[in-house]
Amino acid sequence: MQASRWALMLAMALGAAAAQAKDLVLLNVSYDPTRELYADVNRSFAAQWQAAHPGDRLTIRQSNGGSGKQARAVVDGLPADVVTLALAYDIDAIADHGLLAADWQKRLPDNSSPYTSTIVFLVRKGNPKGIRDWPDLVKPGVQVITPNPKTSGGARWNFLAAWGWALKQPGGDEAKARAYVETLYKHVPVLDTGARGATNTFAQRGVGDVLIAWENEALQARQELGADRFEIVVPSLSILAEPPVAVVDKVAAQHGTQEVAEAYLKFLYTPQGQEIAARHYYRPRDAAVAAKHAAAFPQVRTFTIDQVFGGWRKAQARFFADGGVFDQFKPGTP
Amino acid sequence: MRRRILPGFGLSLGYALAYLGLVVLLPLAALAWKASAIGPGQLLHLLAAPRTLAALKLSFGGALLAALADGAIGLLVGWVLVRYRFPGRRLLDALVDLPFALPTAVAGIALTALYAPNGWLGRWLEPHGLKIAYAPAGVLVAMVFVGFPFVVRTLQPVLESLESDVEEAATTLGATRAQTFLRVIAPVLLPTLLTGFALALARAVGEYGSVIFIAGNLPMKSEIAPLLIVQQLEEFDYTGAAALGTAMLLVSLLLLLAVTLLQRWSRRWAEVRA
Amino acid sequence: MSAAAAPRGARRWRSRAARAGLVLAALGFMALFLLLPLAAVFAEALRQGARAFLAAIAQPEAGAAIRLTLLVAAIAVPLNLVFGVAAAWAMTRFEFPGKALLGALIDLPFSVSPVIAGLVYVLLFGAQGWFGPWLAAHGLQVIFAVPGLVLATVFVTLPFVARELIPLMQAQGGEEEEAARTLGANGWQMFFRVTLPNIRWALLYGVLLCNARAMGEFGAVSVVSGHIRGLTTTMPLEVEMRYNEYDYVGAFAVASLLALLALVTLAAKSLLEWRYGHEIAARATGARR
Repeated sequence: MQASRWALMLAMALGAAAAQAKDLVLLNVSYDPTRELYADVNRSFAAQWQAAHPGDRLTIRQSNGGSGKQARAVVDGLPADVVTLALAYDIDAIADHGLLAADWQKRLPDNSSPYTSTIVFLVRKGNPKGIRDWPDLVKPGVQVITPNPKTSGGARWNFLAAWGWALKQPGGDEAKARAYVETLYKHVPVLDTGARGATNTFAQRGVGDVLIAWENEALQARQELGADRFEIVVPSLSILAEPPVAVVDKVAAQHGTQEVAEAYLKFLYTPQGQEIAARHYYRPRDAAVAAKHAAAFPQVRTFTIDQVFGGWRKAQARFFADGGVFDQFKPGTP
Repeated sequence: MRRRILPGFGLSLGYALAYLGLVVLLPLAALAWKASAIGPGQLLHLLAAPRTLAALKLSFGGALLAALADGAIGLLVGWVLVRYRFPGRRLLDALVDLPFALPTAVAGIALTALYAPNGWLGRWLEPHGLKIAYAPAGVLVAMVFVGFPFVVRTLQPVLESLESDVEEAATTLGATRAQTFLRVIAPVLLPTLLTGFALALARAVGEYGSVIFIAGNLPMKSEIAPLLIVQQLEEFDYTGAAALGTAMLLVSLLLLLAVTLLQRWSRRWAEVRA
Repeated sequence: MSAAAAPRGARRWRSRAARAGLVLAALGFMALFLLLPLAAVFAEALRQGARAFLAAIAQPEAGAAIRLTLLVAAIAVPLNLVFGVAAAWAMTRFEFPGKALLGALIDLPFSVSPVIAGLVYVLLFGAQGWFGPWLAAHGLQVIFAVPGLVLATVFVTLPFVARELIPLMQAQGGEEEEAARTLGANGWQMFFRVTLPNIRWALLYGVLLCNARAMGEFGAVSVVSGHIRGLTTTMPLEVEMRYNEYDYVGAFAVASLLALLALVTLAAKSLLEWRYGHEIAARATGARR
């Protein structure tokens, strides 16, 4: 009796996923720090869509986690209609399994990245160690907090920003860039597995003198954890972080959600969408919206990953793959 | 002999095997199958790398130490909880399960908050050169925490069923406290203590959620083996992850088997004494 | 008479001192190792007052997470209960080749890293896994849905009941059951009238532990969840997500609820013990030859 009830419940739970697909349900699989951004986007977009299509019942669901882990989940069958991740490499991995076209990044403007960010430093109030630019990070006695680039997408941007800066210095070359980044990681006492973990180690546990972080992360952390406790330092040269978005063709076709999924991503490029992105500390692409928020985002010279490293696939294989450059470093050993 | 008298051998063993097969062995077979796709060269490269070896050493060495500590502390706490009546005993009894009930991530965060240089405990320990959070000692603390209830909870029922009149008889017959413990109690408790030890060990070896918060995760120093598996996964290298996972599992299985054999031997020893 | 009383008094005093020492040592350890982390959880949860705590719990996602956690535990625990009793019976009442191996196999899920425990089900039921294509063709979702959460939880908590029962049933031996059989009881009568009453407290312990761990499991569940807010996030996952959003009060509020759930189940156990206390005592003295 008891056993058959459980069996019935199990069967119902199994069947539930199959029965739900009728309504217009959009699943956005995203990375960690975007929850509030997309909570706002979802609300505004749903209102807009509902106004234009009064017959529809649109529900937008949200999934957040580490970028690489999220990409893996989609490959393994998490039914994402759209993905909005931290780096193009993770969406490439989904494309490699045939879930969307290999040239996905050309389908939307600006490398399919409706908003951008860059890498900055978060320091403690008053900047006691006098951190102004990249060379200050490797001064004796300075402790740097950055997550492990092997487990954190955000940390890969940090790594590449440091490398790119060193490369572009007068007389800079690959050997010097490598030496700088290797030294930098010797100043890292804790390698957290994710960007949020690193922020918490720095802010909550009081470890380290400087946190290397995405600008939107640094701004949000400062906002949430106390504007009077931290300062943001913008380096002389940094990387343009482009978190990409894409429709997962195969899943959307199955769900019959292509139209709404595409409209959802295009909404991000509208002034309204750009405004929401700016409010959540991402740099908008739209010139008018950017001008309006110019005070929040200081001027910074940036380079792109394509310019310096020839794209994500090359950078990944060279630096972060098993036996790659990062594996040859000995972090935390001064 | 017994087999003829007591019923249900086929049913119970059959059901247990079928369930184990479906829930544990089939999934693990999928893991082994995935791992088998790895070439011998890649396997050697993976397992013999100094970094992997250092991580395995930390995971297994740390787990052994933690399980030993759990054994000693668990025996003490289990004994006190079962034998003595004092105010607050029930509350303590309930607290024992905390490491099970707290999600491992929460345990990790709470322990890190306590032992970090600015934490309640860390601020007293750090000035004395005792670095626990973000050091190998932190790994040990987290492992002791997650394994602790295993020892207490396996010991408790046996301690409760242990008849204190046997001890009383021993005392009446002139045995000292130490003699009573060594000759009467220890032989009965030892197999159970070994079970608790083995469970705490097994749990600590694989622990991930609580350890990564407190460890510092520096390669060659405070990086545990499960973290290496996660790193393989981040590269979409399921084969490497499965290979590393299978290797860890085989070592764990051998350890558990050794403890089971040790247990049988100690039980036989207890029977001989009795 | 008085000559004999003196050493006995000294012995009693020494025994009392030893007892106090042991209790203090145990108390000290528990305070340092268990009470302090628990206090830290509640301190963080209540840092901004009771109102913030309640607001954090009142969010609809928290409700969904609590319901999902209870559902998963309600399926996983009974499954492992039946398995535990069957396995313990086979292991402690019969001799058969490979018994040591079976014992090790039962413990195996404890030693499987949670990371791997989740991964194995991805390898079986994921889109790239053994049964993935078949499931997709039939429109069934196992991982990233409730069945996957249940499977991962069953895997992780499988050994608890069996492990609790085996040492006790080993210590008890099968004589009482043999006697029942000799007196003409059939198998189920023997089980319900002799075995079950003898093991009920260990069984209860096992179920409570299994339940606590089922509700608190994080690593394995995290791999198969998909983290869809309000749909596939259990309480531990909700805790992690909120922590990652710098919502510390929210994270620790949900975590303290989990700790409270565990404490409540243990309070229930204490209540049962108190309610049926005389009955157990009577049975225990009766059982003693």
